[in-house]
Amino acid sequence: MRAAETKRGALYHRMVVWLLFFILLLPLAATFLYSISSSWSATILPDGLTFDWYLQLWSEERFLRAFAQSLLVCLGALALAVVLILPLLFVVHYHFPKLDGLMNILILLPFAVPPVVSSVGLLQLYGSGPLAMVGTPWILIGAYFTIALPFMYRAISNNLQAINLRDLMDAAHLLGASTWKAAFLVVLPNLRKGLMVSLFLSFSFLFGEFVFANLLVGTRYETLQVYLNNMKNSSGHFNSALVISYFFFVLVFTWAATRLNREKP
Amino acid sequence: MSAPLEDNLKTAAIRDGAVPRIADRRAPRGKWLALLCLLPFAVFFFAFQIAPLLWVTLNSLNTADGWSLANFEKVFGSKFYLQAIKHSLQIAFWSSLFGIVIAILGSYSLRQVDSKLRDFVMAFSNMTSNFAGVPLAFAFVILLGFNGALTILLKQAGIIEDFNLYSKTGLIVLYTYFQIPLGVLLLYPAFDALREDWRESASLLGAGTWSYWRYIGLPVLTPALLGTFVILLANALGAYATVYYLTTGNFNVLPIRIAAMISGDISLDPNMASALAMVLVGLMGVITLAHQLLLRRSYHAGR
Repeated sequence: MRAAETKRGALYHRMVVWLLFFILLLPLAATFLYSISSSWSATILPDGLTFDWYLQLWSEERFLRAFAQSLLVCLGALALAVVLILPLLFVVHYHFPKLDGLMNILILLPFAVPPVVSSVGLLQLYGSGPLAMVGTPWILIGAYFTIALPFMYRAISNNLQAINLRDLMDAAHLLGASTWKAAFLVVLPNLRKGLMVSLFLSFSFLFGEFVFANLLVGTRYETLQVYLNNMKNSSGHFNSALVISYFFFVLVFTWAATRLNREKP
Repeated sequence: MSAPLEDNLKTAAIRDGAVPRIADRRAPRGKWLALLCLLPFAVFFFAFQIAPLLWVTLNSLNTADGWSLANFEKVFGSKFYLQAIKHSLQIAFWSSLFGIVIAILGSYSLRQVDSKLRDFVMAFSNMTSNFAGVPLAFAFVILLGFNGALTILLKQAGIIEDFNLYSKTGLIVLYTYFQIPLGVLLLYPAFDALREDWRESASLLGAGTWSYWRYIGLPVLTPALLGTFVILLANALGAYATVYYLTTGNFNVLPIRIAAMISGDISLDPNMASALAMVLVGLMGVITLAHQLLLRRSYHAGR
């Protein structure tokens, strides 16, 4: 009686998990099927299969440019974020631990202020005058830094707490290293994992950012998402190939982060 | 149990005794240099996060004839803007509710299946959490648009008469989809708080499944559930890309209204956009505050 009940329970849970998987898979699967079908309209299944759409996409110059520009902006933003956040974290945790409380409030701002709100101010502040940046990739790099900040700060901060920063620094000092040397040669290598995981994850959502890209820059420096939006009226199959190609990249980066995270240090 | 604690106290005492001497020797210059290292971050954070918010706050009070609350009076006196607020709240509420219910059922079952299936579906769910915005909207057009595969399938099966993805119902379905992975991500760890022996004790004392959840399971999970719900709400309220792509800015929600007044060709009005943006920030602020309070409560409840 009891065993039968547990068995029924186990079956129920498996069913729910598979159902969840299929719900999440459905839009992706449909887009993938659409991207490899020669034509598909007003029927449940496509008429024939082909890879032509991918060939067309990957030989389209405007797509390749948008792709490269997306990569450049994301990598630029991540580089800026690393250069700004690593010293910040080190100084906060080593010299001013009390600032951590303030930082935890500040990093809520990118959550509480949606990109569409920041855009209102950014467009006015940097639209003209000495700091005119609207329409250039530079403003995107700055804006993307604020999006990546909360994730990178939290991930690396957790990592810093786990390695016992103060003891490491004291040991390095006792052995005669300067603070700079200790920070670069002792602390930094220990943060590699947290840093890499947060970089991969940040990349995978910055790569899909649309609001800032569309409102601040638009077609003047077209990124992948803006390109997808502007191609709205072209062939659905072509766009499907675009979406699947984009998601494939996101998949690779998320997968890398998950793998890295599971690895034992 | 007491030995490691004593040990820790001892090392802490030694460390604290030793550190000030080292620190004293290099304190003045080191601290100034350290503060200098904070400067670049402070400059960029101010330029791209604080300054835009300040500009919006100030200019929401700025009108053609001086400083006043007129912009806000206009927002709350206009049926059009009130409808945008109402739509935003409705879509956010329903999509968060459906999203969290699916996430609760899903993440509870995820804990009960074997680890191979669990790891696979968890990893997949994490990946789909990045499938949002424009690509997601596009995928939904293929799936549930007027000639979408699923629309036709459901129509032929006689389950639905018609489905309009570009309506409020359609948007709620779409938003629910992107809430699910986030909900699973946030809720899955929360089920750690439920210990298996509680369930066994409850059933020994004669509690059925229903009373177990009613008196033990749900009360323990409540702070985590509310916290997750609040994050989902904020996530939906600020969403812009999906609805923009689907309706080319024709569906009346807050982010669309704001963006239309700063990037449209017809009605540029940054001051009015600022006032609407402040309404959105106000809603998000209430939500973030509620989340922080709930987080603090769940933290203590968890200890």
